[in-house]
Amino acid sequence: MSLVQVKGTQVELDEDGFLVDPEDWSEEMAAYFATVEEVADLTDNHWKVINYLRDYFKKFGVAPMIRKLCKDTGFSLKEIYELFPSGPAKGACKLAGLPKPTGCV
Amino acid sequence: MDDRKTPLLDELEKGDWPSFVTEIKRAAAKNKSAADLLAQLESSYEENIGHWKHGGIVGVKGYGGGVVGRYSDEPEKFPHIKEFHTIRVNQPAGFFYTTKKLRQLADIWDKYGSGLYNLHGSTGDCILLGTTTENLQPCVDELADIGFDLGGSGGALRTLSCCVGAARCEKACIDSMQIIHDLTLHYQDAIHRPAWPYKFKIKVSACPNDCAAASARSDLAIIGIWRDAIRIDNEAVRAAVDNGFDIFNRVIRKCPSEALLWDTEKKELTVCAEDCVHCMNCINMMPKAISIGREQGAALMIGGKAPVVKGAMLGWVLVPFIKLEPPYTELKEIIDKITDWWADHGKNRERVSELIVRMGLANFLEAVGLKPLPQMVHEPRSNPYIFWNAEEVEKRG
Repeated sequence: MSLVQVKGTQVELDEDGFLVDPEDWSEEMAAYFATVEEVADLTDNHWKVINYLRDYFKKFGVAPMIRKLCKDTGFSLKEIYELFPSGPAKGACKLAGLPKPTGCV
Repeated sequence: MDDRKTPLLDELEKGDWPSFVTEIKRAAAKNKSAADLLAQLESSYEENIGHWKHGGIVGVKGYGGGVVGRYSDEPEKFPHIKEFHTIRVNQPAGFFYTTKKLRQLADIWDKYGSGLYNLHGSTGDCILLGTTTENLQPCVDELADIGFDLGGSGGALRTLSCCVGAARCEKACIDSMQIIHDLTLHYQDAIHRPAWPYKFKIKVSACPNDCAAASARSDLAIIGIWRDAIRIDNEAVRAAVDNGFDIFNRVIRKCPSEALLWDTEKKELTVCAEDCVHCMNCINMMPKAISIGREQGAALMIGGKAPVVKGAMLGWVLVPFIKLEPPYTELKEIIDKITDWWADHGKNRERVSELIVRMGLANFLEAVGLKPLPQMVHEPRSNPYIFWNAEEVEKRG
C-alpha cells in the first residue's frame, strides 16, 4: 500500500499501483497514472479507451474482455499496446481506475 | 546466511532425495531475498498457511504477460520478499541448453533476482523465482540480449513445450522440437499479448507415449503417429526370444487390440495393421526389434485441462491424422480457426473444451471446418435427444 498526492488530494494505491477505492478516480488521477505507465500524452484516443472502460465497469461491475474492448472501441490489440505500453490490463484499466485484474495471470 | 532458526525445514535436509531446503540455503548465503524466503516458508510450516498476498499485476513494456506478481503478506517481517515476482522465460525446445547459455542466464539472475529457479515450470518455462518490480524491466532487457524471451501467462497462448523427440528418441514420428520452435515464433503476439477468454496451451509429443503429457495438460495436443504398419525385424525378435525374453506374456498378451500374431514354430511375429491402435507397448518392450511405421504424421487432440470449472478433461481426437512438414500451414490454419471461434464465443475464463461442451461438438466442428468422424468418440450417444437443422429435416422429409 502507498499514498500519493495528486492535485492536493491524498489517494491510496495498492502494491501494483491500482486504486484501492475506485471512487477516488479523477481525470487528474488518470494523468498521474499515465506517467507511471509510460503514456506520454493523454490523447483523445486514450480517453476513448478510458471512458469506454469506465462506462462498461459502471454498467456491468467488471472489466470487459479484451476482444470486446477492441471491438467496441475499434482499436486493434496492437493499437491498444501503442496507446498503453503495459497493455489493456495493467495499463488501460489502471488509468481508468478499475480494480486490479485477478485470476490466473 | 543469517542466524534465523528453521527447525521444521531443517528436517527436510535429511534423507536421500536432493533437498530443496539445501538449495534455498545455498542461495540464501549470498542473497537476502532467498534468506527471507526461507524464513517466511518456515513460518508457513509452523502455521500451516501461505504467506503470499492475493494476486499481483506487474509486467514489462509491450508485454501483457510473462511475469507473475507476488507480494509477501508480512512485508515488515520479511522486507526482502516484500516484492517477489516470478519471471517466466521461454525455454529452448526439449530443454536442451549449453553450459554457456545457462551461465549467462545465471549471471543475469544473480544480478537482478533471488538466485532461485524452478527448472522447469510445469508448462515448460524456465522460472526465475523472485525479484522486485524495479528490477523487472532491466532483467528482461538483459535476458533479451542473450537471446531469451518471456513465456506466456494470463489469457494467452502459453509457452509451448514438447518431448525431446527426434533429438534423442527413435520413436519420434514428428520433429516435436522443430514444431514448437516454429509455432512459438509464429505466435509471438498471441503469447505476449493476452487477447483470449482464458489460457490456451499447445504441447507436442512425438509419439503416443506422450512424454510431454500433452493429452492431459494442453488444450491442443499434437501427438506423433504413423498410419502404415509397425516394422518388425524378426531376426531381432528371435534374438530377444532366444535370450529368454517372454514375448508371449510381455508383448502378445498385452496388445490391447490383439493385432499381433506369434508363430511359435517359426518364431515369427506378424502384425495386422488394421487392428493396431498405436499404443506403443510392443515397440516399448522390444525397441530393437519393432519400430514405428514409415508414413508419419500426427493426431490432434483437443480439450485437455485441469478441473476448474467443469471438471478435468483429457484431450479427445480432433484430427486422426495430419502430415506435419514445415511451415506447418495446415496446422496453423486449424489452430487459428479454433482460437478465433473460441475468442468469439467463449465467456470470460472459459477454456476451449468447456465452450465445446456448452455449444456442442457439432457446432465446433462446423466452425473449424472439420467433418465428424467415428474416431472422435469413444462410443455413440446413448440418448435420443438429437438436434436436427431445419434444412436437414425438410430435405429428408
